[in-house]
Amino acid sequence: MYEIRIHSRGGQGGVTAARLLALAAFRDGKYATACPFYGAERRGAPVVSYVRIDDRPIRVYSQIRNPDLVVVLDPSVMEVVDVLHGLKPGGEVLINGRDRGTIQGYPARAVDLTGIALKEKLIVAGSPILNTPVLGALAKMGIISVDSAKNAIREMFTDERNVRAAEAAYQELVI
Amino acid sequence: MLTVATGNKAVAAAVKEVRPQVIAAYPITPQTEIVEQIAEYVASGELDSRYIPVESEHSAMAACIGAGITGARTFTATSSHGLLYMHEMVNWAAGARLPIVMANVNRAIGPGWNVWAEHTDAFQERDTGWLQVYVSTVQEAYDATIMAFRIAEHEDVLLPVMVNLDGFLLSHSMQSLETITPGSFVPPLHLPHAIDISNPAGYGTLTGPDEHFRFRWEIEQSMRKSVRVIAETEQDFAERFGRNYGVAEEYRYEDADVVVIAMGTLGKEAEVAVDLLRNEGVNAGSLRIRWLRPFPELDLSGRDIVVIDRDYSFGFGGILAHSLMARSRIEPYSVIAGLGGQEVTFDDIAGFVRDRKPGREFWFGVNGNV
Repeated sequence: MYEIRIHSRGGQGGVTAARLLALAAFRDGKYATACPFYGAERRGAPVVSYVRIDDRPIRVYSQIRNPDLVVVLDPSVMEVVDVLHGLKPGGEVLINGRDRGTIQGYPARAVDLTGIALKEKLIVAGSPILNTPVLGALAKMGIISVDSAKNAIREMFTDERNVRAAEAAYQELVI
Repeated sequence: MLTVATGNKAVAAAVKEVRPQVIAAYPITPQTEIVEQIAEYVASGELDSRYIPVESEHSAMAACIGAGITGARTFTATSSHGLLYMHEMVNWAAGARLPIVMANVNRAIGPGWNVWAEHTDAFQERDTGWLQVYVSTVQEAYDATIMAFRIAEHEDVLLPVMVNLDGFLLSHSMQSLETITPGSFVPPLHLPHAIDISNPAGYGTLTGPDEHFRFRWEIEQSMRKSVRVIAETEQDFAERFGRNYGVAEEYRYEDADVVVIAMGTLGKEAEVAVDLLRNEGVNAGSLRIRWLRPFPELDLSGRDIVVIDRDYSFGFGGILAHSLMARSRIEPYSVIAGLGGQEVTFDDIAGFVRDRKPGREFWFGVNGNV
């Protein structure tokens, strides 16, 4: 089972990112669950969402303690939350923003999702949309296929700019 | 069709297939997504139904009762305080023998204010004459909702059915979902005591001391008959659509020396704990109770039993544990865990089994046994 924890702030689309990722994994023929953790959210508060991907049906509903991958949609969350908490040895980090090399020994990949969203003018209520471009980055990392990433986005959104943003993230992420 | 959905969306999709003529509902976290989605189906014309956005849950159930007595198929959804607010009408629906189907997204009762999973809300309605089923996956939420209509409307039952799913854990989790076209699996509703709206007449429902008990006894007779109707319905569903459920779901149960019994999503999490324990050489199994009413007859003799209650009756104990103690004459280790969404992992459940003390009650997260 491959376990992913997504860190964001309320209103940035972390929950939708988790659902898109689960949908894409499902379209790849895998079992997947997206379990957002709902706390006492309000806009701007740090939030986490969980995605599990497996070849067998998934029976776990509790929160992910030891993720294989941590995705940070808003790097400012790292100042208040230990995003690496419980990350497995050999685990990976994907961060929206500038390249930071490794973080506490974990390889951290970086891609400017915010820049991509702004370039495509993907902005809702004043915030750049990060949940569709991040799918392109996750496809580049091999978590999901490129086709399934695009299909998942098209299943949930009609605006083709979302697909273009995912393609841009795929191109820009250096593996 | 194979797709993905949240538990809430799955319930709404099931309702769309069964096409109730009247849906009356009031939104409440974490159920709101169900009635929002149904309202969208009605607005877009995908579902030809009368949607009544009422001003309270009490009115939601009253509207279902009013429509139901004309013979209309009705549906509503609620949660926690919403369910308790409609409590009077919940009783009325069963007493009036109306096969209303309601989804209840299980949530704790305040104060302190809490929107997370707990079964105490629905357990407080267990003596009302409603059938109650508890589900553990998105697919099961969908399938159970479709089956609920057929079971409720069966001439030998004619009692309302409540489909329960854990707040957020299931209502907001996204999983795969295979939708179906029920077709003749859910035949049209025929309510033998429906009023004739073209020939209006007044009904006095006063039943005196020499009559009232007869109506109560009829409810109990139907409740007993519902055991067979549930089994037949689930069997037919399995034959037509390939998924089989039963009153309780067994996992590595046959040869198990110690059995974890739980409901809802904790029942699934327990399966992972069982695998963990088996790897340690513990002969564990699990049993996920699906139907709270009618309550199952289970032969649990000769095994150690650990019961997890996501509910509590103050001054008494875990309601599931005590129900099993009474029905199956067991001395379980009674664990109270998961109240108000308290995080309970498969590791925690494995720990309950390892540290079990038959006959004792244990509150998870609170120091010491009770």
